[in-house]
Amino acid sequence: MVSQMAIKNREAFLDKLAATLGRERRIEGVERPEWSVTPQYEVFKDKTQDQLVEILAEHCRVIHTDFKRTDRKGLVSVLQETIDEFAGKSIIMSNDTRHEEYGINEFFKAAEDRLDVHVWNPALGKKNQEIAESADVGLVFSDVTLAESGTVTLFNHKDNGRSISLLPKTFIAIIPKSTLVARMTQAAAHIHNMQEQGEDVPSYVSFITGPSNSADIEMNLIVGVHGPVKATYIVVD
Amino acid sequence: MSVKIGEIPYKERIQNGIKDDFMRQAVSSAQGRFRNGRLTQAEALGNWEDWRQLGSEIRAHTMENLDFYLHQLSEQVARRGGNVFFAQTAEEANEYVKNIIKNKEAKKVVKAKSMVTEEIGLNNALEEAGAEVVESDLGEWILQLDEDPPSHIVTPALHKNKQQIRETFSKKKGYQGSDTPEELAAFAREQLRQDFLAADVGITGCNFAIAESGSITLVTNEGNAEMVTSLPDTVITVMGMERIVPTWEEMEVLVSLLTRAAVGQKLTSYITAITGAKGPEEVDGPEEFHLVVVDNGRSKILGTEFQSALHCIRCAACINACPVYRHIGGHAYNSIYPGPIGAVITPLLEGYDDHKELPYASTLCAACTEACPVKIPLHEHLVRHRQIIVEREKKAPMAEKLMMKGFEQWSSHPSLYNLSAKLAKPALGPWVKDEEIENGPGPLKEWTDVRNFSVPQGQSFRDWFKQRQKDGESNGNKES
Ligand code: SF4
Repeated sequence: MVSQMAIKNREAFLDKLAATLGRERRIEGVERPEWSVTPQYEVFKDKTQDQLVEILAEHCRVIHTDFKRTDRKGLVSVLQETIDEFAGKSIIMSNDTRHEEYGINEFFKAAEDRLDVHVWNPALGKKNQEIAESADVGLVFSDVTLAESGTVTLFNHKDNGRSISLLPKTFIAIIPKSTLVARMTQAAAHIHNMQEQGEDVPSYVSFITGPSNSADIEMNLIVGVHGPVKATYIVVD
Repeated sequence: MSVKIGEIPYKERIQNGIKDDFMRQAVSSAQGRFRNGRLTQAEALGNWEDWRQLGSEIRAHTMENLDFYLHQLSEQVARRGGNVFFAQTAEEANEYVKNIIKNKEAKKVVKAKSMVTEEIGLNNALEEAGAEVVESDLGEWILQLDEDPPSHIVTPALHKNKQQIRETFSKKKGYQGSDTPEELAAFAREQLRQDFLAADVGITGCNFAIAESGSITLVTNEGNAEMVTSLPDTVITVMGMERIVPTWEEMEVLVSLLTRAAVGQKLTSYITAITGAKGPEEVDGPEEFHLVVVDNGRSKILGTEFQSALHCIRCAACINACPVYRHIGGHAYNSIYPGPIGAVITPLLEGYDDHKELPYASTLCAACTEACPVKIPLHEHLVRHRQIIVEREKKAPMAEKLMMKGFEQWSSHPSLYNLSAKLAKPALGPWVKDEEIENGPGPLKEWTDVRNFSVPQGQSFRDWFKQRQKDGESNGNKES
């Protein structure tokens, strides 16, 4: 049965590779060499957190993403303003303690009559996807934010479905300033360390950079293809 | 099924390419934009050469230890609830996938852009198994509706204009809107949404598999690979066995090189790493995950002087840099892998017999080698191919010498190149039998065949060819 977890045809396949490489099979003991150059660590090496915010803001223009900056107190009004810009009536978001912490739950509760808010709930199964599919806004918290490329990194899990950032028409990412790092290098190192320490990496890690787009028709950039058509980042000091 | 995409002779394919004005302009402007993007990004980084060096070291180390990393990868995928199948041949890979489709009684399969499934001809197998196959990458979807092979690795529908696309949509899908790209894309979005939601199985390619954790990295702009891996209950990833890196740290470096070299973006909109089957209580993601690792001729390259061809990360920078590609377009290569890298790997994967013209589809100007983010010495490989072809075909060394000289001269004179490029179009005419193509610069003859273009001995190519034709055979050859 194919549905059993299995590794098939491996030994003959890999034996052949070893033979073509002219040596015995290697199953253990291979270490990565020390690379002669490591330019990835040099990028924005000495930037402060605030400078990284500036770099992010600058790059948002390139990636067709609105950039906003506020503090904890201002967050809910900036959020409201953004939802209005997207003509948002229905919202889906993860089940995340940060919503409580940042006052978002409270704000949505007060707006109950205007906004239809769904919090991701594993008990509802695929129903979550349906809700996400018809939602106007997907709201997420960035886990790691890459200044250089304007990228929001999401570690998806049972309370934070990947559909939230994918299926709704628009996408809002709340970016705590503390999540900013120079570039993908730091995020990758973090996940690598996780693995080294015997922790499972999340089954789904998304690096999202602005709204979806395509240049497949006459090389014209079209913003908004399969994923969200608009995106806003809100950096919170 | 194979890398090869048609039976039309090389010569004719080139002519088709040269005749299609829209295609040539599209190719040329795409090349320019991709190339500019790459150069801007390279400049912004400042130390692009260091990045390339690092990229090449990572690829070389990984290839040297490919058995080790594939072993580790498969262990990790299995540990995370996935299945791994090692396929020596295209048939084995197709058979395995077909069985999954049959067992699931899958009706609809959505795919995200994947060169390797194209290479092994997976779609036919899926259809044989009774499933409808939907390509979800916008460019590929357009081609699928039109039953047209891709012409570029990064933007496969490069050779189609928006009027043609509109027509295709209206003929095949009842589209009634205008030919503005936004409206066309919105239509595709709406149509494909239904397919994503209804699909039983999702199939993806793989940009980089990460050995340490068993993760599969996918790089897209449209978000379709995310749909394909999030919504269906069964996901199958098909990867060429060389598409692997040791850890997340190398993945990161290669993704940075890929997106910069391919489209001049720092990162594309979506870079996604999926690991095994979904966890308990997770809603999105596959219940059942399969990884199919495909050899299909690649091991013939491993351990040879061409090994570095396996370092390719499919960024298409060499294609965008290539003056010959600009002139003839992707279809002329008759391979799903076009351009300089296609000219290097297609004969390796499939043998020289059907593809021996490809190594000649180059001016050896080395623009490809210079563009390559992982420093594959592409033009050196091409030269080596030519040597091998000459040795194998036992051709007169004199002819080869003349030919090589002619190429050098031709390619080292931009004005000659331009002139021949201009003249090539009206000069088209039916070319001779295949044997003749084997005998000389054949496919490039049109370009080199400029009246006053002479090789050092004072003999023109035209005369040289005429002479050869007289010597070589009797009928059917028409000089244009
Ligand atoms: S050979 Fe180099 S430049 Fe060409 S597609 Fe591969 S990685 Fe890119």
